[in-house]
Amino acid sequence: MALSAKTRARKAKKHSEVKEVWRRFRKNKAAMIGLGLAILIVLVAVFADVIVPYDRTTTQVAEKRLQGPSSEHPFGTDHLGRDLFARIVHGSRYSLFIGVSTSVLSLVVGCLLGAACGYFGGRLDNVVMRLLDVFMSVPPVLLSLAVVAALGPNLRNLLIAITISCVPGTVRLIRSVVLTVVDQDFIDAARSYGASNLRIIVKYVLPNAIGPIIVHTTMNIANMILSAAGLSFIGMGVQPPAPEWGALLSSARVYMFRAPYLLYFPGSAILMAALSFNLVGDGLRDALDPRLRN
Amino acid sequence: MAAASESVLLEIEDLHVVYQTDLSTVYAVNGVDIRLDYGHTLGLVGETGAGKTTVALSILRLLPERTGRVSRGTIRIKGRDIMTLPEKEMREIRGQTVSMIFQDPMSALNPVITVGDQIAEAILLHDKQGLTRVQVEERVEEMLQMVGIEPERKNGYPHQFSGGMQQRVVISMALACNPDLLIADEPTTALDVTIQAQVLAMMRRLQEELGTAMIVISHDFGVVAETCDFVAVMYAGEIVEYGTAEEVLDGNIHHPYTVGLFGSIPSLESDAKRLSPIEGLMPDPTALPPGCKFAPRCPHRMDVCTEQKPDTYLIGDGDLKIMCHLFGEGTGK
Amino acid sequence: MSPLLEIRNLKKYFEVRNGYLHAVDGVNLSIEEGKTLGVVGESGCGKTTLGRTVIGLETPTSGGIIFNGINLMTCSQKKRRELRKEMQMIFQDPYSSLNPRMSVQELIAEPLLVNRVCSSRAVYEKTADLMDMVGLAQRLASAYPHELDGGRRQRIGVARALAQNPKFIVCDEPVSALDVSIQAQILNLLMDLQEAQGLTYLFITHDLSVVRHISDDIAVMYLGKCAELCPSKLLFKDPRHPYTRALLSSIPVPKSSSRRKPRTNIIRGEVVSPINPKPGCRFAPRCPHATEACTAGDIPLKEVAPGHYVACVLED
Repeated sequence: MALSAKTRARKAKKHSEVKEVWRRFRKNKAAMIGLGLAILIVLVAVFADVIVPYDRTTTQVAEKRLQGPSSEHPFGTDHLGRDLFARIVHGSRYSLFIGVSTSVLSLVVGCLLGAACGYFGGRLDNVVMRLLDVFMSVPPVLLSLAVVAALGPNLRNLLIAITISCVPGTVRLIRSVVLTVVDQDFIDAARSYGASNLRIIVKYVLPNAIGPIIVHTTMNIANMILSAAGLSFIGMGVQPPAPEWGALLSSARVYMFRAPYLLYFPGSAILMAALSFNLVGDGLRDALDPRLRN
Repeated sequence: MAAASESVLLEIEDLHVVYQTDLSTVYAVNGVDIRLDYGHTLGLVGETGAGKTTVALSILRLLPERTGRVSRGTIRIKGRDIMTLPEKEMREIRGQTVSMIFQDPMSALNPVITVGDQIAEAILLHDKQGLTRVQVEERVEEMLQMVGIEPERKNGYPHQFSGGMQQRVVISMALACNPDLLIADEPTTALDVTIQAQVLAMMRRLQEELGTAMIVISHDFGVVAETCDFVAVMYAGEIVEYGTAEEVLDGNIHHPYTVGLFGSIPSLESDAKRLSPIEGLMPDPTALPPGCKFAPRCPHRMDVCTEQKPDTYLIGDGDLKIMCHLFGEGTGK
Repeated sequence: MSPLLEIRNLKKYFEVRNGYLHAVDGVNLSIEEGKTLGVVGESGCGKTTLGRTVIGLETPTSGGIIFNGINLMTCSQKKRRELRKEMQMIFQDPYSSLNPRMSVQELIAEPLLVNRVCSSRAVYEKTADLMDMVGLAQRLASAYPHELDGGRRQRIGVARALAQNPKFIVCDEPVSALDVSIQAQILNLLMDLQEAQGLTYLFITHDLSVVRHISDDIAVMYLGKCAELCPSKLLFKDPRHPYTRALLSSIPVPKSSSRRKPRTNIIRGEVVSPINPKPGCRFAPRCPHATEACTAGDIPLKEVAPGHYVACVLED
């Protein structure tokens, strides 16, 4: 009875808070456009097989090589006569998968390390932060390149490479947010009645740091999509014939002047994906910022 | 009559201020009348949310631009209605006629400019005589000396000064242009009690020397007692009691809220074991009760209190005015 | 009767860039069961560090904390954990001392859940009792701190401190963030609870009128040292230490006469740095009666009258 009241209360609170954030988010036009685009991309990725069957991405029709957009092939065909529309639609799965999975992965690592460093401080903090400084002194693209070069170019290694390049930033962000939370009296209060460190981190620190973490993760998705496309473009990521957007651009390079649409469409797709998540992240930051609350 | 109005520095009539957000309207000030003569000092006392600071910001037209607005009433400084003045003339009034100091001195000082330069800037901003550099420097040193800081420290940066010293610097900046009115918003709240005593003594001395009129905003009757001739007690955006310091601080006739406030302060003299606080909370400023705003917490509540807003009654032959039905005609008190 | 809590020569130094900050520098205090010891002083005098060290949020540099006859510094870890349950703290800022992501009920239940005091069903009964005790309406059980005013928030802080039936509570400026009318409500609550449950308080504040009202004994601290210690009435009647006198005369009195009354006793100067302090009386640089003897060596507390201790060379 009492417990159900408790869960009900919790639901009510979560509900009203989400509603409040949504109310502010909705007022932001750019963010709403971004959200629309992001939903569109997710839908395309989920229903790719319904929109256009997968085998159309591989069907090579020799006589239809490098044809411009037509009613039969809305985005035209590539140098092997494959339907570009089908390839872009199915390519969204790669981009989205890479973007989301690397962001989540770096989020997990970031929470573990960032919370530990921010909360415990001292020697652990020093060692981890100096180590990350080393990582951060190498440009992220170079770092990813080095990892892929060492492990060999394929999807799994691409994920590892991008995640590694993104972890230091995430750890730093979470650490700094945790530091501001740890300063507050309720952490001391929890210590004074004997709560364990783990409990304090999980129940006190992280829930109060969630806002900036969500924003950062959303923005990260956009960055990860760009890095993945970039690495695939230079041949260090997903390998052809997989219809990854960066790989599409890469193989279209040669036909840049004869068939420029081969660049336009995948390029716009990448731009759209990155922009949409960036806009959503921006909107979330404004909506979650307590200083803007009124 | 003309002579009387010439002695009036500030006149506020029926001031109403609201803060409008897209979710709600906060009624911060609800009909405040203030008259302050040249050289007089007025203490505005009240708890958080009583509208003290809002009144002060209205006088300088510094209400937060997007949300705050004067919805009714007039404010006249030296007989000029400031509600309609163009912003350029208003800027001249700020600093030159009226200046204001705030609770936190650190946020009023620029951390990367020396205090001497900051005071010089305050002087130059309203300088009409075309002071030379040497004259300005002399004036800076004079100002520092006036607030009890050695002039040699003018080349120091704000963080090299303690909280009390910073507040002195802020006060010297506020007085740099010889304003007619100084508004001090909780000037000593952030300071320790021994430092507070120093700053209050200094303010009292300056007031006597310069004859500047002051409005001191505080939640502490003690601070007001140290500095003011007149005291106004505010509650929920209204002045519920007004009078000379003697009448409000020492007198026996009070608004029930004032009685409650005095009952809440542990006295240094009496040995009462229990305090007699005011029950309940401040009313929600977005939904104020009709009638008397204090009625829901008032121990003397009558039927009329919840229905009708009380008038302000003049009590005795002095200046004491109380806004309460208890003092109305026919209620027998 | 032996005291419930005894603080023996307690020192807490913090390492800073150019030496040691002597936050608490050899403080001796004791509190009998059911009594309130007020600790009063200005910012930087070490009163908050003293409270935090007693409650275990800081590890003392040296000295002893004896609770119920057992020295917390030397006893076993297990024993210490057990004793700590009987010592709780009420924090100054009712806004930052409550986790904004927890409801009133969760906040009050948290100490019980953390220490697995009783079954989860009993926890919620106990929480409801605690809410009654501190005057929080049951309908607020599922409210969140940001929906409540400062006074109610501080009631949550009190209820949380009471959850484990402690004997001893450190109150660190529990009312200084509150408006006067609310402040009086909380002070009354604390005094009622003390009477009903025989609680012992270490009451830390900068407000002299509050400390006089609530305390049986008062310790005046200045820069990490105890300047004067005596029963609370005596302190206001017969202050001996020059600092205490300065402090008392600095309080603005809410009477119209205070404006005209010339202030003779205003102390000059400001608190000096607590980093690597010089030996001797810490107040000497500001003291109107300072002599060479003041800075010659440490000045211990001396009993000048029964129960009245002063650390000043003038008392020799």
